[in-house]
Amino acid sequence: MTDMASLMEDRAAAKVISDNLRKPVDWDSPKIARNIKKRYAAERRFKIYGLVAICLALLALCTLALSIGSKGYSAFYQTYVQLEVTFDPAVIDPEGTGDPEVIGRANFDGLIKQALRDRFPDVTSRSEKRNLYGIVSGGASYDLRERVLENPSLIGQTRSIWLISGDDFDMLNKGYIDADVEEGSRRLNDQEVSWYNELVEAGAVEKQFHTRFFTNGDSREPELAGIWGAAVGSFYTLIVTLALSFPIGVLAAIYLEEFAPRNRFTQIVEVNINNLAAVPSIVFGLLGLEVYLNVMHLPRSAPVVGGLTLALMTLPTIIIASRAAIKAVPPSIRQAALGLGASPVQTVTHHVLPLAMPGILTGTIIGMAQALGETAPLLMIGMVAFIVDIPGGALDPATVLPVQIYLWADSPERAFVEKTSAAIMVLLAFLVLMNGLAVYLRKKFERKW
Amino acid sequence: MKKTLAVAALMSVALAGAAEARDQIRIVGSSTVFPFATAVAEEFGKTTSFKTPVIESTGSGGGLKLFCAGVGEQHPDITNASRRIKKSEVEKCAANGISEVTEVKVGYDGIVLSNSNDAPQLDLTKEQIFLALAKTVPSKDGKSLVDNFYTTWSEIDPSLPDVKIEVLGPPPTSGTRDAFTELVLEEACEEFPVIAALEETNKDQFKAVCAGVREDGGYVEAGENDNLIVQKLEANHDALGIFGFSFLDQNGDKLQGSLIGGVAPTFEAISAGDYPVSRSLYFYVKNAHVGTIPGIKEYLAEFTADKAFGDEGYLADRGLIPMDAAEREAVRNAAMNLSPLSM
Repeated sequence: MTDMASLMEDRAAAKVISDNLRKPVDWDSPKIARNIKKRYAAERRFKIYGLVAICLALLALCTLALSIGSKGYSAFYQTYVQLEVTFDPAVIDPEGTGDPEVIGRANFDGLIKQALRDRFPDVTSRSEKRNLYGIVSGGASYDLRERVLENPSLIGQTRSIWLISGDDFDMLNKGYIDADVEEGSRRLNDQEVSWYNELVEAGAVEKQFHTRFFTNGDSREPELAGIWGAAVGSFYTLIVTLALSFPIGVLAAIYLEEFAPRNRFTQIVEVNINNLAAVPSIVFGLLGLEVYLNVMHLPRSAPVVGGLTLALMTLPTIIIASRAAIKAVPPSIRQAALGLGASPVQTVTHHVLPLAMPGILTGTIIGMAQALGETAPLLMIGMVAFIVDIPGGALDPATVLPVQIYLWADSPERAFVEKTSAAIMVLLAFLVLMNGLAVYLRKKFERKW
Repeated sequence: MKKTLAVAALMSVALAGAAEARDQIRIVGSSTVFPFATAVAEEFGKTTSFKTPVIESTGSGGGLKLFCAGVGEQHPDITNASRRIKKSEVEKCAANGISEVTEVKVGYDGIVLSNSNDAPQLDLTKEQIFLALAKTVPSKDGKSLVDNFYTTWSEIDPSLPDVKIEVLGPPPTSGTRDAFTELVLEEACEEFPVIAALEETNKDQFKAVCAGVREDGGYVEAGENDNLIVQKLEANHDALGIFGFSFLDQNGDKLQGSLIGGVAPTFEAISAGDYPVSRSLYFYVKNAHVGTIPGIKEYLAEFTADKAFGDEGYLADRGLIPMDAAEREAVRNAAMNLSPLSM
């Protein structure tokens, strides 16, 4: 009985299937046509979503680049003022010794002030004079000194010289200070604006390329502040980071990928490396503070400590990228090498590593680029600091590019706004350069099989 | 192999370097004093044969913690503070062997409540500011405490504009926020009978009510970056911002300071002590380091010279409000004699 019933069921099922199979699909039926239309529409929609996403990303990137560029480009130019400077021998070298030491100590600031008073003879009151001296930057006297030391025959002559202007004057010339608003609510009073207009009419104001921005260290005077100190600090820090994290990272990756036995211990190591890559960078800063400063007593604010700390941060990135690159080398290469009598170490160093190098280098450079943009861990070890002197080595106090941006962004002086954007442009340029190098290396050493 | 050697060499250089004596002053501390200290340090580096001091911006509390960690060249020589050193900090210093500390008062800093030039200038009292910003306020009948229900300034006082309350200010980690809480909110809250009564009955709640700032959008924490607040005020004419006087000084063509208690935040009003929201700025020197680290005395001389912190000094140009001549003289003498602080 049960056999009978199941047989009937089977038959019924077979009939359904054969009916379905036998019935030809009517591709022109309105139902199918609708269905096809829907599928095409879904496909088109999906493509549009992707396009919109890319457009949004590009738009954001363009807005960022534009806002930074439009704010920052003016920092590459600096206002200079032309003045008739008299190199008074009584001030520079009263005894006519010609000794550079005596000349170096002379009051060049006084010469500039004298030149300003000569240019605007009606200025008499003390506060007016103070405003008048603000036209020229405090750094201009160093330029004058250098000029005289280079060419002592200037002493006794009167020359018209372009001097670097103060930051408020520079802002006025670049149009960041609106001279039309009411006097009390702008940095420069009517008299200072009238001096400016007088100088402009006389053709004694011009913008020159601002080389100091690329050669100076930090300064409280916006017109004297430069990024070279921070760039050098970044360079030393990254050198230390690279020297430490690249060999250790690559060796760790080779061991884990090629030699390590598969057991619980290596699994734990693996999981931990992956987790470390996701640890917030400030934690590495705390570790650096505790280990390098409090236990090892390395100097505070030094690039060597910054480099050691950032090396900890980039290690997981390099290990993970290197392992992926080593894994991508086909096993046939290893088998061929071993088959021809190479030792395992020879196999790795002669064959696997060279083939994995493009991937390893890409990973390393991305890790370095990450380290270049990092500030949080450096806060802990004292690299967020005001440092005027250009560091001469990895042990001198130094700061790095992103920290410099942060410090300038927090400064009240109006002129630091453009410096901040300009410093961001320099940092981005470095990042693009490093990523470009990564692409180049990958293309150069890439092997297809 | 070459690389490992290089690393080893680098490490040994690093360790050797650490043993070398420090010939550069190290300063830590407040971000409010930072712009002034850096200006002095730069001038000091240019005009003397000493190296330019290294100055870290760590905040007042963080600076004092580093400063009080011990005597020795791995510890900073000077710390800047936007408030006076606390008794507990003096004790901590003493426990770590720092018995003599010289206090140097630098001058004053005003905290301003400011908005865009295109909006009407406000004239506020401390009580009105409290009602606008506190987390809990007295209810309409003044008998109980309720969550802040004011949404526009005109609800607090009909004479104020009918504009949404939106104040951008620093986060709780900031010294400016501490000072603003202390000088405005905590002073104002005692004026409300229902809160003042709490002081007797429930001290903890009293403190919480006085220092609590609303979190429903009326007060927006805009980060430690005052320039950011300035930019936001330019864009949003209804908003007010809280920051240091030097930022108002630099942006006078875009912003105006609100009157507090009828006094506008001007250079003269703050230096005369008329403007109610101002605080003193200090720095502290470790006497044990004077003589060991070269240049500390000369740095003090540079900072306390009239050309720096005087009426027309270069620090006044950067927004520091100077003390009067007699007080400056006293501070200068105390600094040059390294008279230790006693509390």
